[in-house]
Amino acid sequence: MTVDAFAAAAYIVAALLFILSLAGLSRHESARAGVIYGIAGMTIALGATLALTIADARGEPGATLGLSLLAVGVLIGAAIGLWRAKVVQMTEMPELIALLHSFVGLAAVLVGWNGHLAHAPIPAQLVDIHNAEVFIGVFIGGVTFTGSIVAYLKLSAKMSSRPLMLPGKNVLNVGALVAFVALTVWFVIDPQLWLLVAVTVLAFALGWHLVASIGGGDMPVVVSMLNSYSGWAAAAAGFLLNNDLLIVTGALVGSSGAYLSYIMCTAMNRSFLSVIAGGFGIVASTASDDEHGEHREITADTAAAMLENASNVIITPGYGMAVAQAQYPVADLVARLRDRGVEVRFGIHPVAGRLPGHMNVLLAEAKVPYDIVLGMDEINDDFASTSVVLVIGANDTVNPAAAEDPGSPIAGMPVLRVWEAENVIVFKRSMAAGYAGVQNPLFFRDNAQMLFGDAKERVEDIIRAL
Amino acid sequence: MTRIGIVQEQPDEARVAATPATVQTLMKLGHDVVVERGAGARSSYPDEAYADAGARIVPPDEAWGSEVVLKVNPPTDAEIARLADGATLIGQLSPALRPELVDSLAQRGITALALDAVPRISRAQSMDVLSSMANIAGYRAVVEAAHEFGRFFTGQVTAAGKVPPAKVLIAGAGVAGLAAIGAASSLGAIVRATDPRPEVADQVRSVGGTYLAVDVQVEKSTDGYAKATSADYDRRAAEIYTEQAADVDIIITTALIPGRAAPRLITAADVALMKPGSVIVDMAAAQGGNVEGSVAGQRVVTANGVIILGYTDLASRLATQASQLYGTNVANLVALLTPNKDGAITIDFDDIVQRSVTVVRDGEVTWPPPAVQVAAAPTPSAPQAAAAPVPEKQPMSTAKKAGLIVVGIAALFLVNAFAPAPLPQHFTVLMLSVVIGFYVIGKVHHALHTPLMSVTNAISGVIIVGAMLQITDSNPLVQVIAAVAVLVASINIFGGFAVTRRMLGMFQKGGSR
Repeated sequence: MTVDAFAAAAYIVAALLFILSLAGLSRHESARAGVIYGIAGMTIALGATLALTIADARGEPGATLGLSLLAVGVLIGAAIGLWRAKVVQMTEMPELIALLHSFVGLAAVLVGWNGHLAHAPIPAQLVDIHNAEVFIGVFIGGVTFTGSIVAYLKLSAKMSSRPLMLPGKNVLNVGALVAFVALTVWFVIDPQLWLLVAVTVLAFALGWHLVASIGGGDMPVVVSMLNSYSGWAAAAAGFLLNNDLLIVTGALVGSSGAYLSYIMCTAMNRSFLSVIAGGFGIVASTASDDEHGEHREITADTAAAMLENASNVIITPGYGMAVAQAQYPVADLVARLRDRGVEVRFGIHPVAGRLPGHMNVLLAEAKVPYDIVLGMDEINDDFASTSVVLVIGANDTVNPAAAEDPGSPIAGMPVLRVWEAENVIVFKRSMAAGYAGVQNPLFFRDNAQMLFGDAKERVEDIIRAL
Repeated sequence: MTRIGIVQEQPDEARVAATPATVQTLMKLGHDVVVERGAGARSSYPDEAYADAGARIVPPDEAWGSEVVLKVNPPTDAEIARLADGATLIGQLSPALRPELVDSLAQRGITALALDAVPRISRAQSMDVLSSMANIAGYRAVVEAAHEFGRFFTGQVTAAGKVPPAKVLIAGAGVAGLAAIGAASSLGAIVRATDPRPEVADQVRSVGGTYLAVDVQVEKSTDGYAKATSADYDRRAAEIYTEQAADVDIIITTALIPGRAAPRLITAADVALMKPGSVIVDMAAAQGGNVEGSVAGQRVVTANGVIILGYTDLASRLATQASQLYGTNVANLVALLTPNKDGAITIDFDDIVQRSVTVVRDGEVTWPPPAVQVAAAPTPSAPQAAAAPVPEKQPMSTAKKAGLIVVGIAALFLVNAFAPAPLPQHFTVLMLSVVIGFYVIGKVHHALHTPLMSVTNAISGVIIVGAMLQITDSNPLVQVIAAVAVLVASINIFGGFAVTRRMLGMFQKGGSR
């Protein structure tokens, strides 16, 4: 058995394990096994590649240097990765994942560059294709890299989360794509290094612009879209290096990420195509802010009394809960209410938070049992028969305007119909509008009452009052 | 600082316009509150409670002489005479039904605000006394009926025999009607309801009733109140009432049309069909009655033993609760009139709510106010006009879709047909993987989106394989670049898997709780 055959066989096994891993991750019961499959697949893939590398390198001049660089790189990378994974706050998960996506993008750019610089023996009829593959790999990687960096900066509030609005942004995006095609053709005809530099810069600029023109509220879709892009970047590298494992894995990640983005888009009533093209969610706010009115305030004591007397309660958390780090007191509140026989459930909007499933992770961290944490479709019909709904740091995802006001910028976006409940208590810092910049008529409803202040402190106040 | 006086109502009225709790709200707005001695006694709010809340207990004349006087019922002529010059009166004034009252208020040169003229818009809900009082009256109507009715509401099977549930018909599913439906159904009765507005069917169901539709076309309500009905409709509705009268044990009628006499729903013939011991509560008795034979304020027993209650003071019969809600409505209106919370009352005619409630301003009659459209039931033309500029997203036509698919397949075919050796295999692998990735994710649980994303992220770190293959190249530059790629990709792999495991470790099922 040659090393090549061994590696090829190992790659097939690894690819299968990756598929099992993704399949496992779609259900709670099998999720942990899914991660094990993933790790096993990765170990096998790396082991086989290492064997391949060592076999190829035997006798080559750069072998020793290369292998030591490899060992050092993996060790440092592993140390950084494990350290970050250990210390990261669950509320910072979106930032971490965005940053990790940027690494895949960067790696893809570097691999693409190497594909051009390295002197691999390429059959004459494949040189053109090889050059095109270099370009495609570098381009996708570059877009992923800067796009993820911008997403990271926006998520960690190091950059304004407001969408960047350059004049003619669609023209810029399409122009960048046309320029990319033109540069690719040029490079295929005449492979100059400066063209590679140009396409890298172009990709970086496009990635930056795509994500910069998206508002902070749409970040769940962006992150999952970048996840998909990072997969395609790996697949492009697979074409370049003639490596089936990279293609399989990249395509798996790419298509699953795209599907996830699609789910998110449906949840926000956005067009999938306009998301991929970037710069969605910038519909000018049609000033329907006139239906204001007066909101009523409630004290923590009154809220506590309401909760005590309620037969069933639904909590709908949003990004505000993550910001205030309120998941622990919320979990405590839930435990106390359940001990008193109050039925408490959570209703999670698909795009609550800044990452798909963000709220679930936070609640899980605070040891809220996952079987009382329900999705929008599972719980939306139950609001009408609910005594009290606690809206903790959510705004656009519970906005009745989406369902009732055809002129609203978020019209048609499926929302949690909290206003159907008997009482709604809204935890909020102020009366400011949500990420979509739309005023929320919920706050002025007859059955809604506002509990102003830091969500964590207010929930703790309620717990004390109980 | 404005002095607000809470006065005692006439002896037939048990409610009071402010409670100790709402007195506190008024004082927080910067007002000085005085309460006539004994004003809250019949609502079970003793003078001491008001004093504890910070109000001064004063003799009648001092309370009546305040700059602002809060009342529940329309004032009598004697009461109007007791108001101070330039005073403001806030209370229920029924300006549409009693123009003579409006005139005598105007002659007195005062300002009068009618709480029962609050427009039916969301923002004004907190001041809508018609709603809050109707809610109480609806509940109380069921209680009164239950008191007179000789049987259980709920059906029971006991050792002493089987008891059938009472059947209740509620005519009119407005606020009072819905409250009555809710109260009767929570007592266990079978509840049916009628209403000329078909859009209330869902509301009836939501409080436990069955909606009896009158299958005749009806004009949609634009102001949130029921309108007078057509002749066709009336004929069909009368048939329904006749059918129901023979069947049900209790009828509660709540049908009112603003500014008009109450519609006659139940005829004497219908009443004659009812079983002895049946109870009718006519909540519209004060406006002429929905039921033939009802007498305002009286309990009447018909020849066939049917009890007709025409009580007009249902809300007052639940005085403590009614005063609390009424007082809160009043306090909300005063808060609207005191925008700066500095004790200075202003009336802003640009504000639709303030404009609508003002019946008399400084001796000048300002009734009726301009019409207000209710947001809940927009006119048919308005939403279309508003929606027009929003471009409708047309789903792609089937032909266009099919065209795109054909083009895509053709492109794929051409690429693979003409591409040299390894490319077609690569495309095969790519396409199969795309399809697998798509289906594998298909049913992912929403809670696992984040772990899924971090695991796919770790897996996409497999790009390290590419860097590893390049790291032994003879060109040191390539080696260094590859080393950097290896480094960042390893962060991904190790970080991604580790953080996924950490997250999944936190998810737990709560069966034990």
